[in-house]
Amino acid sequence: MSTTPSTLKYAKSDEWFDAASGKVGLSDYAQGQLSDIVFVEILVSAGDTVSAGQAIASVESVKAASDVYAPVSGKVVAVNEALAEAPESINSEPYGAAWFIQIEGGNGAALLDAAAYDADCAARAH
Amino acid sequence: MIEPTIFELSSPGRTGVTFPQADVPAFDLPEADLLRGDLPLPELAEVDVVRHYMALSKYNYSVDGGFYPLGSCTMKYNPKINEDTCRLPGFLHTHPLQPIETVQGNLALMFEMQEWLKEISGFAAVTLQPAAGAHGEFTGVLMMRAYHQSRGDAKRVKMLIPDAAHGTNPASSGLVGFSVVTIPSDARGNVDLDALKAQCDDTVAGMMLTNPNTLGLFDEHIEKVIGLVHGCGGLMYADGANLNALLGIVRPGDLGFDVMHFNLHKTFAVPHGGGGPGSGPVGVAEKLADFLPTPLVGIIEEADDENPPLYGFVTPKHTIGRMKAFHGHFGGGVVRAYTYIAMHGGEGLKDISQYAVLNANYLKARLEKTYRVPFDRTCMHEFVMEGRFEGTDIRALDIAKRLMDYDFHPPTNYFPLIVHEALMIEPTETENKDTLDRFADTLIAIAEEAKTNPEIIKTAPHSTPFGRMDEVKAAKELVLCCWLPEEQ
Repeated sequence: MSTTPSTLKYAKSDEWFDAASGKVGLSDYAQGQLSDIVFVEILVSAGDTVSAGQAIASVESVKAASDVYAPVSGKVVAVNEALAEAPESINSEPYGAAWFIQIEGGNGAALLDAAAYDADCAARAH
Repeated sequence: MIEPTIFELSSPGRTGVTFPQADVPAFDLPEADLLRGDLPLPELAEVDVVRHYMALSKYNYSVDGGFYPLGSCTMKYNPKINEDTCRLPGFLHTHPLQPIETVQGNLALMFEMQEWLKEISGFAAVTLQPAAGAHGEFTGVLMMRAYHQSRGDAKRVKMLIPDAAHGTNPASSGLVGFSVVTIPSDARGNVDLDALKAQCDDTVAGMMLTNPNTLGLFDEHIEKVIGLVHGCGGLMYADGANLNALLGIVRPGDLGFDVMHFNLHKTFAVPHGGGGPGSGPVGVAEKLADFLPTPLVGIIEEADDENPPLYGFVTPKHTIGRMKAFHGHFGGGVVRAYTYIAMHGGEGLKDISQYAVLNANYLKARLEKTYRVPFDRTCMHEFVMEGRFEGTDIRALDIAKRLMDYDFHPPTNYFPLIVHEALMIEPTETENKDTLDRFADTLIAIAEEAKTNPEIIKTAPHSTPFGRMDEVKAAKELVLCCWLPEEQ
């Protein structure tokens, strides 16, 4: 497992949130659990208002289909259109190219930091 | 060698049938849509066709060929007498549009089947119409919506579904228009009561619950769960996929469920998995009976001293309408399942569930020292274990593939989602101890291989016509047709 970036915040439902840019993605732990991701559909558009916990995308791997939830409430200012063409980038670059959407207005104060998220994942492994 | 497709085997001019000389004048049909000369119909002799399909059938794995412990699918042996009864000429050569006076035997059988399913499940009324399990769910959830709407209660938009549920439950709810709310499981594999309480309000349409759940565990608080949902005005849907654990032991209707689908192709030995068709009757409590699909089979003239009753079709007062053309899967589903129930009788059905539970617990006991079983409780008809070993990168998928080399069908894997590397094992009641031991010995041997020769597991299967498939490529590069007609 790669290191969990300390600059990001994390939801227990495995999304990361970058308070600086507003970008949202899926954690390395989550992509590892899902295994090879073959399909992504982003369910919101730029301009939409989302609330924390709302499904913003659907991800399918060879093992399972899973929803991705908004980690914070706010306004969607951008959607990563390239992601649908390259779902495998969620496996290879979960914290880089594979961001899903950008949300404006959330600070992520209620989310976990990297250490707390790692501890949460470790507890789930048993 | 890989068997070519039947199109690749074709050669122009070969023929399997020679039509006799026409004894009526030739008639030119209009071209257009009726005759399509552009379709590349394969041309082969009869013997080539037979050999082709015989070759394909040898690639197949079936419950007639070996042990098939596919969890949540109840792949029990399907007794061959069912094949005789469903082909009896009186059943086989009837048409659903015949006048009811000419098909009284069929109708009597359907009526009795409705009664038997009521007796088995504890529900007030049953429809035989739905085509299979998920169609039964859709039918049941439509009735739940109709019930709330009939009371003018339009704010009930939430369907509560545990995280251990079959994926069809949220799909059926979504199709009917409900918002799905996932309820987590607690540390013992039950519905988390606190999480459930937090959701119980006047927007709850109902809850869809599989009991025993997909972990093979009977919910220890089932009455509390049902009480909470009823308490906020919701209805309880039972997913009957796991009914094979309960026959003659507990009736979902008595527990307080309001609606349930049966899978005749699981519990009642109708073939499935390519051998169908399935059949998904739905039972309901009294308060939902008026919403059942139309038509049901009923007695339209009572018997008297001289005559038997006259069976016919009746329409429930507030029916949701038809769910299927005609009357469901009569011959393939209902007649086979009727035969199975008649052959076993009440005590026999109870034996089925008791042996199904015994077999699952026997396998669990033999395997739990080698494979980790989370939620370690006495299981019902199936159990879920983890397909991974400390210090190796062997995963559930690898173990499933390796089992094929030993001529077993793999268990369900990666489901339910709440268990890491899940292997879900349902032996069913029809397997003897020798088979169960052979399967357990094999899984223990594979665990040993994981230490001594992990490569052979990683690259399995080795003994099948095709080796390890590239599942990512299969999902991303869909090639569903070898030939498409060109645009006209």
